[in-house]
Amino acid sequence: MKWLIFTLLLLSNTLFAQGTGDLGIIIERATGSVKVIENSGNSTLGTITGLGDLSHASAVYSRDARFAYVFGRDGGLSKLDLLSRTLVKRVMQSGNSIGGAISQDGKLVAVSNYKPGGVRIFDAETLDLVADIPATYGEGNLLSKVIGLVDAPDQRFIFSLWDAGEIWVVDMTDVKNPKITKFKQIGKNPYDALITPDGRFYLAGLFGEDGMALLDLWNLQQGVRRILPDYGKGLKKLPVYKMPHLEGWAIAGNFAFVPAVGLHEVLVINTLDWTEAGRIPVHGQPVFVMARPDGRHVWVNFAVPDNDTVQVIDSLSLKVIKQLQPGKGVLHMEFEPRGEEVWLSVRDKNKVQVYDTRDFSVKAELFADTPSGIFFSYRAHRIGL
Amino acid sequence: MKVLLLNMGLSLVITSSTLLAQTPVDNIEQSRQAELLHLLIQDCGSCHGLTLKGGLGPALLPENLTGKPVSFLTYTILNGRPGTAMPPWKGLLKPEEAEWIAAKLVKGVQP
Repeated sequence: MKWLIFTLLLLSNTLFAQGTGDLGIIIERATGSVKVIENSGNSTLGTITGLGDLSHASAVYSRDARFAYVFGRDGGLSKLDLLSRTLVKRVMQSGNSIGGAISQDGKLVAVSNYKPGGVRIFDAETLDLVADIPATYGEGNLLSKVIGLVDAPDQRFIFSLWDAGEIWVVDMTDVKNPKITKFKQIGKNPYDALITPDGRFYLAGLFGEDGMALLDLWNLQQGVRRILPDYGKGLKKLPVYKMPHLEGWAIAGNFAFVPAVGLHEVLVINTLDWTEAGRIPVHGQPVFVMARPDGRHVWVNFAVPDNDTVQVIDSLSLKVIKQLQPGKGVLHMEFEPRGEEVWLSVRDKNKVQVYDTRDFSVKAELFADTPSGIFFSYRAHRIGL
Repeated sequence: MKVLLLNMGLSLVITSSTLLAQTPVDNIEQSRQAELLHLLIQDCGSCHGLTLKGGLGPALLPENLTGKPVSFLTYTILNGRPGTAMPPWKGLLKPEEAEWIAAKLVKGVQP
């Protein structure tokens, strides 16, 4: 009898074995839940609930691409199993958090916090606290909100201090003794940052002044450089209703595409010498500027009141070639691993739309309750995601 | 001096809007109220948190707003706070709509 059960179990394991390379999650921000989806047939596999306040939630993946770590606004860190569609573990690690990253070796998960300002690092397996790094500045008793947290090669995490105007590089090789290198006076109010897909350059956007701060991780002793110092100077900027995002894969060929702050423009930067290569007038204030995985097109969504529209830029001609109107509240976009389709969350329609990136037709529509971030499992194997 | 002038400016605004104050709800269509509540939760929420417990911007729960009159909040919504990330919303909101939102914040928002 024992053997029969054992054999049956073994058999069912083989019969129902499933890979995770085409799975992903969609954040349902109002209900504190996520949809687990697959992007081969574009369908919903299930819903995982009980994740707390998910406004501005984001996620990273374990290196086996089976578990997703979701960072919630309320400071909750949740570990989800995509295969069993269950919440494995959840810890309240702070009062107010903004995002996270997973280490190069996949063993540490770092979370950046607004309150108390700093970064906390957890064991990816157990979610036990491994290191606490308060973002102290000034006379040492102020705590800064932390943004733009990414992983970097050589087991490092990098992040920026919104209030302090600093960039910190933390080497976690020895988990008991994090080695922190601080770069000060990098510019006023860094709002988000990206790391290039090769893990070499960390680029922070500045809200409080013109230009961007650039750190070359291959030449740390060079310090932080200011690039595009004249960008936006003297221009009357529009009110910024939503902070733009910077993401690692807004790099296409030799160009980096980034949202301009307070202007209806996408900024093109030549990544060979980090000078301005052009400005593309767009429909509104860009929020996400994301290159298709092959870099041929760049998709852009916008802040209110223009968040019903998406534009597509040709990365060769640097012109807008397509405008789509999926509906109010287009909050996020995620390309499938090789870019033939892109998923768009349309918050106010409670819908996620899947577009063909060649002819821009809608291939599928899935229900999701006020969807925001969409995160596919291939992020498990990308630096900076 | 600057602070004094700002305070005077503010109190002028406060006085005038208090004088003009009617219940803003009376002049705003039901459907627009629904839109405003949506904007409050979703768009204010992108910085202040969907539950208004704070984020890049400060928490906006009733207990965080004690001592801040509706007129002051209305002024802040319409004109923003220079030197911070709080934008002026007067391009998208009418004064009475901002006042409706401010009153909602003071009372507490049920999402």
